[in-house]
Amino acid sequence: MASETIAISGADYDARPIGERLHDWVVTVDHKKLGILYILYALFFLVIGGIEATIMRIQLIVPHNHFVSPEVFNRMFTMHGTTMIFFVAMPILFGFGTYLIPLMIGTRDMAFPRLNALSFWLTAFGGLLLYYSFIGGSGLYGAGNAPDVGWFAYAPLTSRAFSPGHSTDFWTLGLLVSGFGSIGTAVNFIATILCMRCPGMTLGKMPLLAWMNLVMAGMVILAVSPLTAAQIMLSTDRFLGGHFFDAQAGGSAVLWMHFFWIFGHPEVYVLIIPAFAFVSEIVPVFSRKPIFGYPVMVAATVCIGFVSFSVWAHHMFTVGMSSYSNSFFTITTMVVGVPTGIKIFNWIGTMWGGKIQFKAPMMFCIGFLFQFLIAGLTGIMLAASPFDWQLGNSYFVVAHFHYVIVGGILFALFGAFYYWFPKMSGRMYSETLARWHFWLFLIGFHLTFDFMHIPGILGMPRRIYTYESGRGWEIWNLIVTIGVVFQIAGVAVFVFNLLRSLVKGVAAGNDPWDAWTLEWSTNSPPPEYNFAQIPVVMSRRPLWDLKHPEDPDWKYE
Amino acid sequence: MRCNEQTRGMLSKAAGTAVLLAGVLLAATLCFGTSEKPSQITSIFRPDSTPADSIFHLSMLVLAITGLIFLIVFSLIAYTVTKFRRRSDDGPEPPQVYGSNQIELAWTVIPVLIVLVLFMATARVIHAIQDARMPKGAIEVTVIGHQFWWEFQYPALGIVTANELHVPVSDPLHPTPTFLKLLSADTDHSFWVPRLAGKTDLIPNRVNEMWLDPHEVGVYVGQCAQFCGMQHAKMLLRVYVDSPAQFAQWVQEEKKPAELNDTADEGRRIFETTACINCHTVSGTVADGRFGPDLTHLMSRDTIAAGAALNTSENLKAWIQDPEAIKPGSLMPAMKLNDHDSGALTAYLETLR
Repeated sequence: MASETIAISGADYDARPIGERLHDWVVTVDHKKLGILYILYALFFLVIGGIEATIMRIQLIVPHNHFVSPEVFNRMFTMHGTTMIFFVAMPILFGFGTYLIPLMIGTRDMAFPRLNALSFWLTAFGGLLLYYSFIGGSGLYGAGNAPDVGWFAYAPLTSRAFSPGHSTDFWTLGLLVSGFGSIGTAVNFIATILCMRCPGMTLGKMPLLAWMNLVMAGMVILAVSPLTAAQIMLSTDRFLGGHFFDAQAGGSAVLWMHFFWIFGHPEVYVLIIPAFAFVSEIVPVFSRKPIFGYPVMVAATVCIGFVSFSVWAHHMFTVGMSSYSNSFFTITTMVVGVPTGIKIFNWIGTMWGGKIQFKAPMMFCIGFLFQFLIAGLTGIMLAASPFDWQLGNSYFVVAHFHYVIVGGILFALFGAFYYWFPKMSGRMYSETLARWHFWLFLIGFHLTFDFMHIPGILGMPRRIYTYESGRGWEIWNLIVTIGVVFQIAGVAVFVFNLLRSLVKGVAAGNDPWDAWTLEWSTNSPPPEYNFAQIPVVMSRRPLWDLKHPEDPDWKYE
Repeated sequence: MRCNEQTRGMLSKAAGTAVLLAGVLLAATLCFGTSEKPSQITSIFRPDSTPADSIFHLSMLVLAITGLIFLIVFSLIAYTVTKFRRRSDDGPEPPQVYGSNQIELAWTVIPVLIVLVLFMATARVIHAIQDARMPKGAIEVTVIGHQFWWEFQYPALGIVTANELHVPVSDPLHPTPTFLKLLSADTDHSFWVPRLAGKTDLIPNRVNEMWLDPHEVGVYVGQCAQFCGMQHAKMLLRVYVDSPAQFAQWVQEEKKPAELNDTADEGRRIFETTACINCHTVSGTVADGRFGPDLTHLMSRDTIAAGAALNTSENLKAWIQDPEAIKPGSLMPAMKLNDHDSGALTAYLETLR
């Protein structure tokens, strides 16, 4: 099909000096390079956010520990949360989307390549701004150097009275700048998916990854805008004497919560829907069957997108809303479980009757299925608002959302890494090392986050730098911290595997998985122009049609 | 293929372990704490008051339903990945199935029904707890959250105290519940004593409410559950549930102004001539500060510094000299008194019974 290449004079990159090649990465507008930049940038921050988490877990290993001071601990959980959401999860998912969407819909680049580059660099500078607070946050007051207000930065803790210095300002600016980047990326995704599909690819024939990223991009525009507005209001309060959130002057602390969570909850789905997308691409290929119920999967995704904008105040069950509001947000939150459950059943339906190959990408996806099931069920528990009055803001909640983000999103991401690494690098990873990574990380994950539910049930609130002995929390905190060791080992194997395979891996070929979507029809790594000829498709699995001319999909769709 | 066999073995083993683990976890959580000193238990599964109890019963129902879903779907996934693994490398592709409307409909309708059941059960408990009317004979307390301590005012009784809330035990036949009005003087806080009720936030410029009716006499501990600043961790909370007679006596004692004792005159002079009185009240004296805890009956409390230390002579003295050492971030300044003066001051405080 399109595996032929076009000869371009001067495209022999390896002959050029390293400075010139690096310069190429800085000025590039190629979606593949920008995608990889996003991913590398996020991996860098993943390590930093991981170090911050490790510091917290060392501090909590025993009661009354003196490893770090309360100030440092408060900065660590603020920076850990902010970093992991805004500078790891979002960029890494945007990176995969940026890399994959044009390839999967059979086009040569994003709709707006320059906006693409601008979005990446805005996000990147947002992260640098946030971390610059370690140097510049003290300001002239000699106040604390990094933000210590928690990642959701509840008012009035962020007001001048309680947060002197500039640490909160760096937090605000960092999120504001990267927010513009996110909106730019979202606009680009939508334009690309709606306008750039190759001939024959109607919306109904689009790969699920493109569909899910389309929904995600729409949600980003709707969700990040209120956050950006809130950051501007907060800056107005801090610098121009505004009183939006200043309770002492008649402002409303609850207003900030509404603004933050109307962003914050859809954000969870902004992160999980691309993870659903990876699973929806990987599970069919390794089960050797098409996705079960494609139209229902699309409908469920759109449904999640809509309903997720009506659930935000389930983060606020304890702020004293009326019983009617609490009931409303209980039902909407539980209702999200329905389309999400449909997806889980459809993935099972895809595997059912298939021939499942346990390669690393598939193993991570199966891990995802088990863990996401549990995360969803603890989510139902928290949706029952009276149960949340007990469990909210406790370690149970911390365990629940790490189950979503680590057990769900990160597992799906690891699967995506192994699945598309051969395409991005042209080389195969080591399956043995990938298995070590899987099992080490699986053990570490379960040690840490299974046992983290228990101190919450036993009454341990989150965000405390130390705790009383004798409440039955010690043993669980110890186990939770031990799990971290396994997780670090797993991630170390992962990074080593990627680096080693980049140098020593065997050539992957165009289509190592015998897959069905368009990215596997071109070279590995794909040339700058992606396809020598723009492909024409007739079904959802164009490569299946090519490989099985006697039994093509388009006869049945 | 050998490799697949191994993987399958590992996967099913992992699945078995996970189920076992979940069971052990639940069991451990449910019985944990039986061997503890009663006053230290904060498990939400050991309720001792109507709101906590209704939440406990709701949570059992939710756990049962979600547990059942977990078992079914978990087994379904485990069965699928073991049954449909690839057995040999070659052979044709499996039958290509694109979906089934009947099955899709089934697994849409069933979850909807489950959600409806869960919602109705939940809405009942929300209504029962949130919309409960205050009966006659209820005690009213205004709780004010401060960085990093609790102020308790009993407006009807004219009592102000800190960090240790006294409430009467409530006989289910003749309930004497305590209704709390929650305010904040600075940042957001959250009142959480897991065995008595769910948490409710204290938010500046807003009035929240909650109630509790403890069924057993004793001490119940809890702590601030909303990040409120640097020393959020040591904003601890104690609720003393007294018998009606004990409570009446406690009220009598607390209503009295400070009994001033001549033996501690020197300490009193130091207290009243240093910065202490800017923040603390001792009723019946010139000390009428409102920024820190009321000290009129300091010695009636078991702890100081919002539960960060026991109320002993040494701890009091150490606290006055350097609060940072006990509770870094506390807003009380170090008084920098010499050894003699701090001794005298401590002696004065110890007369405030």
